[in-house]
Amino acid sequence: MCLTQHFWQFLVPGITLGSLYALIAIGYTLVYGVLQLINFAHSEVFMTGGFAGLFITQALVTAGLTPHGADSVLYTVTGLVGGAVFGAVVAFLLERVAYRPLRRRNAPRLVYLITAIGASLFLSNLAGKLFGRDRTNIPELYANDVVFTLFGAQVRVQQLVIIGTALAMMLLLDTVVNRSKLGAGIRAVAQDAQTASLMGVNINRVISQTFVIGGLLGGAAGFLFGSYLNVHYQMGFLPGIKAFAAAVLGGIGNIRGAMLGGLLLGIVESVSQSCMSSQWIDVVAFVVLILVLMFRPTGILGQRLGRAA
Amino acid sequence: MTSEAPSSSSTAVLELRGLHVSYGAIEALKGVDLVVNEGEVVTLLGANGAGKTTTLQAISGLLKPRAGEIRFHGERVDGIPPHEVVALGIGHAPEGRRVFPLMSVLENLRMGAYRFRRVPREELDRVFGLFPVLAQRRNQEAGTLSGGEQQMLAIGRALMGRPNLLLLDEPSMGLAPLIVSQIFDIIQEINQQGTTVLLVEQNAAQALKLAARGYVLETGTIVMSAPARELLSNPRVRAAYLGEGAE
Ligand SMILES: Nc1ncnc2c1ncn2[C@@H]1O[C@H](COP(=O)(O)OP(=O)(O)O)[C@@H](O)[C@H]1O
Ligand SMILES: [Mg+2]
Repeated sequence: MCLTQHFWQFLVPGITLGSLYALIAIGYTLVYGVLQLINFAHSEVFMTGGFAGLFITQALVTAGLTPHGADSVLYTVTGLVGGAVFGAVVAFLLERVAYRPLRRRNAPRLVYLITAIGASLFLSNLAGKLFGRDRTNIPELYANDVVFTLFGAQVRVQQLVIIGTALAMMLLLDTVVNRSKLGAGIRAVAQDAQTASLMGVNINRVISQTFVIGGLLGGAAGFLFGSYLNVHYQMGFLPGIKAFAAAVLGGIGNIRGAMLGGLLLGIVESVSQSCMSSQWIDVVAFVVLILVLMFRPTGILGQRLGRAA
Repeated sequence: MTSEAPSSSSTAVLELRGLHVSYGAIEALKGVDLVVNEGEVVTLLGANGAGKTTTLQAISGLLKPRAGEIRFHGERVDGIPPHEVVALGIGHAPEGRRVFPLMSVLENLRMGAYRFRRVPREELDRVFGLFPVLAQRRNQEAGTLSGGEQQMLAIGRALMGRPNLLLLDEPSMGLAPLIVSQIFDIIQEINQQGTTVLLVEQNAAQALKLAARGYVLETGTIVMSAPARELLSNPRVRAAYLGEGAE
């Protein structure tokens, strides 16, 4: 059976990719939770994180950093923080410039959707114009050695960095959403925005906060993804759509659902490589999306941001 | 008990003057005048669609008046966003209860104290004292409470913000008579503890037992304003609002 034969070889890359999908998917789900809007430009927030990480690490190379020892930690952390911060800034501006004026005017749903798609095209083409249309590799951050072997499958430093960072960010987010006052505001707005405002919650501020949080995670994912493959002005397109599929798979609006959906989709996609030629891989996510919409449109964990699970 | 003295602006907590509110082309309030004095329970009566909820939402800042003014302790508050109005000391238990269904009872109460840096312990004790059932169910998800418990939670949540003025929008809606009189007893207790109350109701019989004064709203206009006793004996009120199923 093709699935069982190379299962372990494909599992680790699957979890790696899946944890990135999960980070991106959280951005879709958070914004959907508070605004019932699919922010299609989120894929470009991700792309921004890739470019920010690229430029920062290139600058560090110029400054003389080498991918060894303490330098490699500094490299990785700076790239991550840079990607996250730029992702957050772009997400924040996107909400201010593109979506908030529509809210003020009480625009119909379709207008939001068209705006989201327009913003997505604008941002990716702007990046193409500014940064060129070639694929660029993020400088090597560390020696990508094999750390250990799992049932015959090699696990490398890079995979552990990506999985570890993603898990840490998700744990932190989960804690913030469920335990902090910031999180309570977000959950209240997601459940009943008008009533939340009667409690003293500034809805506009909460909406900005959700975009910023989504941008932080999405931007960091952009840097990690860029260091895994490469950076490109259209790098957001496929991961973005797949992460959206992952968010729907987990239950759109549900944060833990987005995490679970991302991981599952990454694993399914990767493991199915043992059964089909790689040209077909991108189809897997869409088949999953269609199956979910047909048989369980509310996703695995259901659509509820109020309680995380 | 509360005073039945005619309004004098020196003790007015809330004053509405010529309040106009529209939904697009639909004019929901056509010049509403209303005063609530310190320490009073005032009831605003009216049939479905009269404009009662619109009035409360305008006071809370959820709706912007097209004309007229809203004063709270003498200061203009119309045009101020809702999250700032609550900080001035106006609590609002909205129509239909609107508890956060996926949050626990305790989390809902904490949301009521959102404007404070930390949840005030004495407010929480007061709410649990008024509504012991909420203390018992503190960790239960609010969406799974009964209607009466949800109403208690909605009122308790509004109290957590330590309001001077409590706006209650049809707290009796959809509840069994026994629960209704229980809730009205607690509203009276809240008032006796020093909170001024503006009570919107369709259940005129219950509301007029509790209130000092009442206003009757019909299609966006105040058509009557009198002490509760007078309204209770007014033939027109009796016919329109006490005629059927009010007990
Ligand atoms: N969101 C809205 N959009 C348009 N019209 C509304 C809206 N809400 C209320 N109305 C109208 O405003 C009037 C007053 O409504 P409301 O204040 O809810 O009355 P009440 O609370 O007394 O039942 C009604 O005619 C109602 O149809
Ligand atoms: Mg109403």
